[in-house]
Amino acid sequence: MSGKDRWLLPEGIEEVLPADAWRQERMRRRVLDLFRRWGYELVRPPMIEYLDSLLTGLGQDLDLQTFKITDQLSGRMMGIRPDMTPQAARIDAHYLKREGPARLCYLAPVLRTRPDEFAGSREPLQLGAELFGHSGPESDVEILSLMVTTLDILGLETLHIDLGHVGVFRGLAAEAGLDVAQEAELFSALQRKARSDIEILLQAWQVGTVQKARLLALVELNGDEAVLPQAEALFAEASEPVRKALADLRAVFELARRQRPGLSLNFDLAELSGYGYHTGVAFSAFVPGHGRAVAKGGRYDGIGKAFGRDRAATGFSSDLRQLLGLLPAAPEPATGILAPYDDDPGLLAEIQHLRESGERVVVRLPGVSVSAADLGCDRELVRRDGAWIVNKV
Amino acid sequence: MTASLNIALSKGRILDEILPLLGRAGIEPREDPAASRKLILDTNLPDIKLTIIRAADVPTYVQYGAADLGVAGKDVLMESEGDGLYELLDLKLARCRLMVAEPERLAARDDPKSWTRLRIATKYVNITRRHFAAKGIQTDIIKLYGSMELAPLVGLSDRIVDLVSTGQTLKANKLVEVEHIADISAWLVANKASMKMKHKPLTSLVSRLAEIVEQG
Repeated sequence: MSGKDRWLLPEGIEEVLPADAWRQERMRRRVLDLFRRWGYELVRPPMIEYLDSLLTGLGQDLDLQTFKITDQLSGRMMGIRPDMTPQAARIDAHYLKREGPARLCYLAPVLRTRPDEFAGSREPLQLGAELFGHSGPESDVEILSLMVTTLDILGLETLHIDLGHVGVFRGLAAEAGLDVAQEAELFSALQRKARSDIEILLQAWQVGTVQKARLLALVELNGDEAVLPQAEALFAEASEPVRKALADLRAVFELARRQRPGLSLNFDLAELSGYGYHTGVAFSAFVPGHGRAVAKGGRYDGIGKAFGRDRAATGFSSDLRQLLGLLPAAPEPATGILAPYDDDPGLLAEIQHLRESGERVVVRLPGVSVSAADLGCDRELVRRDGAWIVNKV
Repeated sequence: MTASLNIALSKGRILDEILPLLGRAGIEPREDPAASRKLILDTNLPDIKLTIIRAADVPTYVQYGAADLGVAGKDVLMESEGDGLYELLDLKLARCRLMVAEPERLAARDDPKSWTRLRIATKYVNITRRHFAAKGIQTDIIKLYGSMELAPLVGLSDRIVDLVSTGQTLKANKLVEVEHIADISAWLVANKASMKMKHKPLTSLVSRLAEIVEQG
């Protein structure tokens, strides 16, 4: 790197500059206040920890996404957290050891070796909430509802919610007798909804007619509420795990419809993000014009097992940085008071008083000629008849 | 907001073959895309527009929502390696083959089973690396943007990986096909969010096109 471009930041790493930084902070507070009102306890997991703990359970998908370094004290590998969900699970399983449900939330930066999407950030500001220790549809719907409310208070409208369940695909793949490599190949074609590719694969593996028809049907099983009864009819004769998955899906759907009547609930039985670790109903939120889900969640029971405690778990997460990028820029109106530089005790007292009452007061330093607007102020302190008063600019 | 659909197409063979198909589905551009300098064209249907871009850019445009649907060769899709698209329909147009080819004189004494390390010129860097890696063959890849056939003639590489349609260009340059990588045709791809947010108009257009493709 030559001296000229020494200021360049690495790809996918960015600074948050003045106006945006306050906006981000306001949103951060808004989200955390919401989580608190819903009874979620805030945790701050460490930025860095031993790799084997970081990548346990649901973390394995994140191996390639993790920046790794050697710990000079212990000689062990450490990783910089790419996701806080496994950390929250570790905290629940190992430190809290509660019998009843535990509700945890977090909002902090994570670091990833590769951005999720083109021009995406490698340092997402991850927000999320996890509910441990309850395994019914009620906790799934609480998390879904909290996810929707979070997006709502940030100002994201026209949400499209997709519900799915990895158990459907997993069960159908098992029925068809696919091995691990075949399942992975089919999974990739299914993510692309490439029907003819799937047909060719199933043909080549000589999958039975019934199983083949069922796997192919997954490609079409997306759309509005009508999809669920369609799937139930198609898979009425399928194996127990498949029917169980559909029953879970129906339970969550019915409950969510009752609790959030206005919400647009849709289904996609071939959308399997989080396939590696989800164990139950999964959901994702989409907004117009953005190809990837802006928030994702779902059930991932059993992750605490690796830390010695098998707990039911469901949760969601999103990236505040990305969410803010999707919102229209809303410049804050300039509010503030410009004060002249002066040793007068009356002025100093007035400035202190205004600041204590929540006003933003900026002092113009001596020898500097800047206007009130330059400093983002709409009023100024002026002396009139020996007293300091606030005047409109 | 009425859900309008924007379809990304590329000039050349795909455009020539897709227009009759769109025509049969009742979609006619208002002006000739091959002649027009406009990049976004209106059609006879107010809610359908066509965007004309370079073939290799189609996945990018569709993935990031600049177009809802797109028509791209399977070669381009395989090379872009993205998972950000739905590949909804094989249009069975613009068919060709992705092949490994080498000079006739080399082919005379060459046995693909004995390949261990190859020097290959291609514009399909990812496909080539993946294809040979799966067979346990190391490759040194030279990325070129066109006229691949020249590379073995001037000693830049031993072999090439390229699309072959009639085989005339290979023949004219004394090259022969030695290995088949994939059958290629044009596919209809969709943006993931559009598929969800504009589900009805998009899936109805796709099934209309699927019927026409089925009829042949």
